[in-house]
Amino acid sequence: METSLLTFLIVNLIKIVVVVVILLMEVAYTVLLERKLVGRIQNRWGPSRVGPFGLLQPLADGAKLFLKEDLMPLAVERPLYVIAPMIALGCALTSIAVIPFGANIQWHGVDLFQISDVSIGLLILLGITSIGVYGIALSGWSSNNKYSLLGALRASAQVISYELALGLALVGVIMRAGSLRLRDIVNVQTGHSVLAFLHWNFFGGFQFVAFFVYLMAAYAETNRSPFDLPEAESELTAGYHTEYSSMKFAMFFMAEYANMITVGCVATLLFFGGWTSPFGHFLSGSGPISIALFSVFWFVAKVFGFLFLYIWVRGTLPRFRYDQLMGFGWKFLVPVAIANIVVTGLWMGLSLPAR
Amino acid sequence: MVPISWYLILSAILFSIGVAAFLIKRNIITVFMSIELMLNAVNLTFVAFAQQWHMVRGQIFVFFVMVVAAAEAAVGLAIIIAVFRARSTLNVDQIDLMKL
Amino acid sequence: MHLALFCIFGALCVAGALNLLLQRHPINSALSLIVVMSSLAVLYLLLGAEFLAAAQVIVYSGAIMVLFTFVIMLLNAGREQRTHGSKMAWVLGFPGAAVLLALLADIFITHSGDFHRVQAGEYVVNTAMLSGVLFRDLLLPFEVTSILILIAILGAVALARKEH
Repeated sequence: METSLLTFLIVNLIKIVVVVVILLMEVAYTVLLERKLVGRIQNRWGPSRVGPFGLLQPLADGAKLFLKEDLMPLAVERPLYVIAPMIALGCALTSIAVIPFGANIQWHGVDLFQISDVSIGLLILLGITSIGVYGIALSGWSSNNKYSLLGALRASAQVISYELALGLALVGVIMRAGSLRLRDIVNVQTGHSVLAFLHWNFFGGFQFVAFFVYLMAAYAETNRSPFDLPEAESELTAGYHTEYSSMKFAMFFMAEYANMITVGCVATLLFFGGWTSPFGHFLSGSGPISIALFSVFWFVAKVFGFLFLYIWVRGTLPRFRYDQLMGFGWKFLVPVAIANIVVTGLWMGLSLPAR
Repeated sequence: MVPISWYLILSAILFSIGVAAFLIKRNIITVFMSIELMLNAVNLTFVAFAQQWHMVRGQIFVFFVMVVAAAEAAVGLAIIIAVFRARSTLNVDQIDLMKL
Repeated sequence: MHLALFCIFGALCVAGALNLLLQRHPINSALSLIVVMSSLAVLYLLLGAEFLAAAQVIVYSGAIMVLFTFVIMLLNAGREQRTHGSKMAWVLGFPGAAVLLALLADIFITHSGDFHRVQAGEYVVNTAMLSGVLFRDLLLPFEVTSILILIAILGAVALARKEH
């Protein structure tokens, strides 16, 4: 069936708008989730006054940030100061474009649960995350404040170093799938028995080493605790966004949480079987509609579990010291990731029949 | 439909701007950046010719150029830091002795 | 479509390169160079080099240029001053570059009949094809570059280390 260009454009446009709106809502509620969970970890209630169980708190936060005065310090490098948060948020939102969040269901020739299915999807994700550093680096530099500059320097050094470990950790998964397309990587992990979760890269692929390297590198890439040195409040006030207020600050904030969600999606897709049910055909639906619903349900559940882990780690672990951070990245994670590639290669070479 | 020669002319323009920037700029970091610009222009030529002759090796050459550029950037920036430490200037006119 | 994309990103490339030349502050030059590199990645995609497009963004815009901005921030490089040498360079550099451009353009235009026209998606080198050639036919050069990288790392560490 040939679809006309117009319907293709309209359906895609609607899809993009829906995905962005859902992502922003998810960002807002991840903030609430974090405040609630960290509150419980620290034996407090967390937000509980706005709406039932504090459920309307994100709206109140948004309204507050939106209505605050947008301060522009006198000595800032004006154009870069304005562009920096846009780069950060833009990159964080763009990277969701290649992520498939449900089974491959076509409607009028348009894939419903993915904005674009590209053959180098994983590389595009890596590329966009590596561009995102400029948001932080430029904000720190243009703020003309020594704390901001130190935070930005720390962030860029940290992100370059951990990008290496992140990329190397993914190589094992790519070798198993033989493709960079995210749908192919998920399809390699699907099984049909009730124990389908044993086919996940995390268990069946013996990629749990890669997963732990990925997890550590992802915490560092998103500047989250225990690697949140760029915004360590006890040393640097607020790091690179010290001088930012109102919506510009909100953009950095949203970018951080959007990055968290992206990282969670990637971990789900690469190591935990993406949208497939962990129990094979059990609980994966039968008709097209129930298949779609169940696939989205499993994807969201897995990403939620990942976000929970993120917040849990933040609530429990103390912050690293900077030299410890660098030493950990270069002297531990990179060698472990390389060893994982070698072992995966040997295992694949010995188990596959010679071609 | 775009003729390959347009890509080649684009890369020639980029290369010439790179040469001009290399000669005109006085900041050692910017001079170094114009070298990267020239390398990028040449890479575009390689990819265009790989498309013209339908050969993969043209693209692999670009891959090697990228590796060399990465190595060059690491060493070059380390040299710039060392020079800055000794002279505390980045102006190429003031860095004209062969010793520190 | 192809023509429109080529025109937009080609124009972005040239504008970024000119901006690199004209800006006085190194960080602005670095940013315009990032624009050039990212638009070149799109042109690579148009030429059917998808892996190279991704590598261009990851290696050039994402790693090398981050290193440049890092060094600019670390050394707190300010605006460049005009000196006697820079005036000489303006006088000699522009004509030289213009002559070079004229020569290259002349060659490409006189031989433009020999070149095809590119159509998007006509000849796409996927990652598997690229790695097949890279790891089978060109294995030795590949290994040599890995040694080059190792030496570069050691050299950079040795150069940038403070003497005690």
